[in-house]
Amino acid sequence: MANEVGTITWISGPVVRARGSRHVGMLELVEVGQDRLVGEVIGLKGDQMTVQVYEETAGMQPGAPIYGTGLPLSVELGPGLIQSIYDGVQRPLPLIEQAMGSFINRGARFDSISREKKWKYTPKANVGDEVKGGTILGVAMETDTFEHRVMVHPDDKGTLTWVASAGEYTVNDTIAKIKVGKEEKSVTMLQRWPVRRPRPFVQRRGANIPLITGQRILDTFFPVAKGGAAGIPGPFGSGKTVTQHSIAKWADAEVIVYIGCGERGNEMTEVLQEFPHLVDPRSGRPLMERTVLIANTSNMPVAAREASIYTGITIAEYYRDMGYHVALMADSTSRWAEALREVSGRLEEMPAEEGYPAYLAGRLAEFYERAGYVDNLNGSQGSVSIVGAVSPPGGDFSEPVTQHTKRFIRCFWALDKSLASARHFPAINWLDSYSEYIEDVGNWWREKTGKDWLAMRTKAMELLSEEARLSQIVKLVGPDALPYAERMVLETSRLIREGILQQNATDTVDAYSSVEKQIRLLELVLYFHERGMAIVKRGAPINLIHDLPVVDTIIRAKSSVTNEEINKLDDIQKMIDQQMGQLDAEYR
Amino acid sequence: MSEATVLGGQEVVGVGRIEGPIMVVEGASNVSYDEVVEIQDVRGDTRRGRVLEVGEGFAVVQVFAGSTGLSIDGTRVRFLGNTLHMPVAEEMLGRIFDGLGTPIDGGPEPLTDVYRDVNGQPINPTARIYPRDYIQTGISTIDGVNTLLRGQKLPLFSGAGMPHDQLAAQIVRQATLGRVAGAPQTEGEEFAIVFAAMGVKNDVADYFRKSFTESGALTRVAMFLNLADDPPVERIVTPRAALTLAEYLAYDLGKHVLVVLTDMTNYGEALRQISNVRGEVPSRKGYPGYLYSDLASLYERTGRIRTSEGSITQIPILTMPNDDMTHPMPDLTGYITEGQIVLGRELYYAGVYPPVTVLPSLSRLMKDGIGKGRTRDDHPRWGAQLYAGYAKTQDIRALASVIGEEELSEVDQKYLKFGRAFEREFVNQAFTENRTIERTLEIGWKLLSMLPKGELTRVTLDEIKQYYKGDDATS
Ligand SMILES: Nc1ncnc2c1ncn2[C@@H]1O[C@H](COP(=O)(O)OP(=O)(O)OP(=O)(O)O)[C@@H](O)[C@H]1O
Ligand SMILES: [Mg+2]
Repeated sequence: MANEVGTITWISGPVVRARGSRHVGMLELVEVGQDRLVGEVIGLKGDQMTVQVYEETAGMQPGAPIYGTGLPLSVELGPGLIQSIYDGVQRPLPLIEQAMGSFINRGARFDSISREKKWKYTPKANVGDEVKGGTILGVAMETDTFEHRVMVHPDDKGTLTWVASAGEYTVNDTIAKIKVGKEEKSVTMLQRWPVRRPRPFVQRRGANIPLITGQRILDTFFPVAKGGAAGIPGPFGSGKTVTQHSIAKWADAEVIVYIGCGERGNEMTEVLQEFPHLVDPRSGRPLMERTVLIANTSNMPVAAREASIYTGITIAEYYRDMGYHVALMADSTSRWAEALREVSGRLEEMPAEEGYPAYLAGRLAEFYERAGYVDNLNGSQGSVSIVGAVSPPGGDFSEPVTQHTKRFIRCFWALDKSLASARHFPAINWLDSYSEYIEDVGNWWREKTGKDWLAMRTKAMELLSEEARLSQIVKLVGPDALPYAERMVLETSRLIREGILQQNATDTVDAYSSVEKQIRLLELVLYFHERGMAIVKRGAPINLIHDLPVVDTIIRAKSSVTNEEINKLDDIQKMIDQQMGQLDAEYR
Repeated sequence: MSEATVLGGQEVVGVGRIEGPIMVVEGASNVSYDEVVEIQDVRGDTRRGRVLEVGEGFAVVQVFAGSTGLSIDGTRVRFLGNTLHMPVAEEMLGRIFDGLGTPIDGGPEPLTDVYRDVNGQPINPTARIYPRDYIQTGISTIDGVNTLLRGQKLPLFSGAGMPHDQLAAQIVRQATLGRVAGAPQTEGEEFAIVFAAMGVKNDVADYFRKSFTESGALTRVAMFLNLADDPPVERIVTPRAALTLAEYLAYDLGKHVLVVLTDMTNYGEALRQISNVRGEVPSRKGYPGYLYSDLASLYERTGRIRTSEGSITQIPILTMPNDDMTHPMPDLTGYITEGQIVLGRELYYAGVYPPVTVLPSLSRLMKDGIGKGRTRDDHPRWGAQLYAGYAKTQDIRALASVIGEEELSEVDQKYLKFGRAFEREFVNQAFTENRTIERTLEIGWKLLSMLPKGELTRVTLDEIKQYYKGDDATS
């Protein structure tokens, strides 16, 4: 196994320097000190190596040995990932708890994937088949309903000489044999993959199917495509985590990878306690049965926080390779960037902006580039969508992490402190946010709903930006100075804000809006606008419209009309007809 | 050096370099990262420090008491072979310690053989219990709209001269386990209190001591005091010592512990000072890049775990330099804690106590501790409505200042009245007033009843029917 490759010469926090063999590789996984803490070689110069250590280094001494493994930092991939909760370097937290109690001690060594657990396996390939990286050999039932497609390792290919019959196997059991040249290789359900190397695919496809999140301001106004990347920056307490939790709960992805990167322990506990009891609206199964959690909270070792992002994205790519749509949430990428900065600082590297290393932008780019909707090696299609939270210091979006992130994402959900203070949630500012996927996903909406979503969205956005302009005037002279037609814009905009954009994540009905409900609500509000505008243009005072009882009904519809009974929205349209009809008659 | 302090370990005579609280010791071998050292000056007095960085034959040591009086030649440094540990015991309640955990009340060292590493260890997220039980503080702006739960970390963001100490003292005095509105008050077990002062003036510490005495809590309080004239570097250890005791009380003994840390801004100062002396690359305002992780290593020592009945609730106090909430200390604190209670100058000058500015205040865990079966069914929506109403009041005030109050619409004028009443009747309460949850909800509904029903879109129609007391005749 591991052999001694060096001797520690210097220790400062998570960074250790050592002197030793010239055969150690860059990014090689090493074991550090007598306790054999996990570390990774991040710098080499002559016989000097620099190692970042994924565990607390207190108590370590110069002179202690470093052991090489010859392998890069890798994750284990196979059935059993789903429903797991790991730390940043894929150590299973429940096993750590079993072994060490409530507090995380160092030196924990556990298999990431259980070697004992048996999976119901059915072969899908036959002896004599030519197979290559990605070929599906069989399926293991990872939950009662989730098919884990067991694939040939991307680096392997050959002829199948033996396949296991249907049955129950552990990840150590051979389920196939492949002949490569003269050699025969046994294949199990377990594979390893270096986290910093993207898993291969054939080619990228256009991203034109929206990732439906059930969040109206996202789906209706600023959609992200499956395989796309979105950033959600915001000051503390503005709603990054709640939004990401909502997406993790309701997005129409088949697998969710949620990375708690340098954030709160309680937030991960919340997911752990809540997800098993929430039901996926599409599969009818507990949400936990499609979720993989990575929790490297703010008080856990900072180098492992840096690794957590890669651990998560590699697991996401693995499920993508099976032909699944995967959504990955990273909360928060700023804490990951800070981990980079901390390690860089200890290395005394030349800092660029705000102490961040010059390679920050490059690392961010590499991460977001791993999103995509792709043709897999095995001919299937799959996607990884990334939603990254950004926590700018002081809520100032001009700082480096936000600015660089903006270059690599196409969807920007800008959270706004003042909206959050006014308890307008989600506090996503509709004027500062954007999505570059709008044109791309228009077709999907038309086919799915039969309605011209793009036109309606454009109309609603026009009203909102008009409202912003008018509010400036109102601030100076009060609303009475505005003509009725402009005040009608204010009335409708309020309906858009309160009846559509605002969405309460804690309300059982409101938390998730189906696509049908979303478009119907929008249609209703625009219909209200059209009727109202016609009437005020004929001279009806605006307060008559403002006081219509249906206004309140429309605002409440989001939480009073469930996704199952959206035909009730037709009744509201009738109320509009009736109440506007009366006014219409009076002012004809 | 007295016999008692010689704990073994290797001794080095002579120091390579001294700069501020940092000392480089040369010629030492087998030194561990983060090891504790004992330093003896030429006069034979000792002080403690710890290893921040270690290389072959040298160690960078942070001296808790500062380096005043240390010289390159005569100084002896003894490496004690372990990270900083402290004794913990139940009998530490009722006692007073210095910033490193040494008794300063004339009493004996705690009698115990339980020693804990002051750095603690991260709680495994799978071992936590998500907080659900609210603490009734008797303060409307907290219980009503920023509810505090057992196991939550909720800081007070304040500014120089504002009554954050009073508010913290009132919370400590009045805190009881919350109950469902209408249920009889039960005699709950009382909180144990761990109080840590970092760089505050002596009268602040005195104020708290007096307040604890008056409420009869003193026997339940352990105080760790690093005052303004105590060595700044010691401040880095003070909250850790306090939290180490808190963890023992909560997780070993099953107590509910309330931890008050004041003033975190001084703590940050000390951290910045050391970082600067070491020449580290700063991030913002000269604070080190690891400020977030460092603060998290304190604030995350809060919560509940499955193997214990106890809990740790943290109320850190922070004075914001220039009342600026984007300053790195409040900013990074807000990014870690589960909300914040913000005190504002405007209300303070208007004579409102406690001057809690509700709009920027937030309790993130509130949603899980209130509502049906916890406080009252309408509570969440009632709270959202009060917030929305008060937020709207702010916009209308801005408008009124431009066009004049008389020019406002009738509804807007009602909002202005609502806003004033909200500040005077809901926010404002006496230092001695301990409001029940029922009373807080009642005041809120009374205020909401000043607005037309049509404005109350956050509460349900049924709730309006049941609680609305206004004379608004519309639908
Ligand atoms: N959609 C929503 N519905 C209801 N409440 C919300 C919603 N979004 C945010 N909130 C409220 O805002 C609070 C803060 O949100 P959240 O914890 O997501 O902030 P954050 O941006 O992640 O902050 P931090 O950077 O400190 O982690 C929540 O506790 C909740 O009270
Ligand atoms: Mg968050």
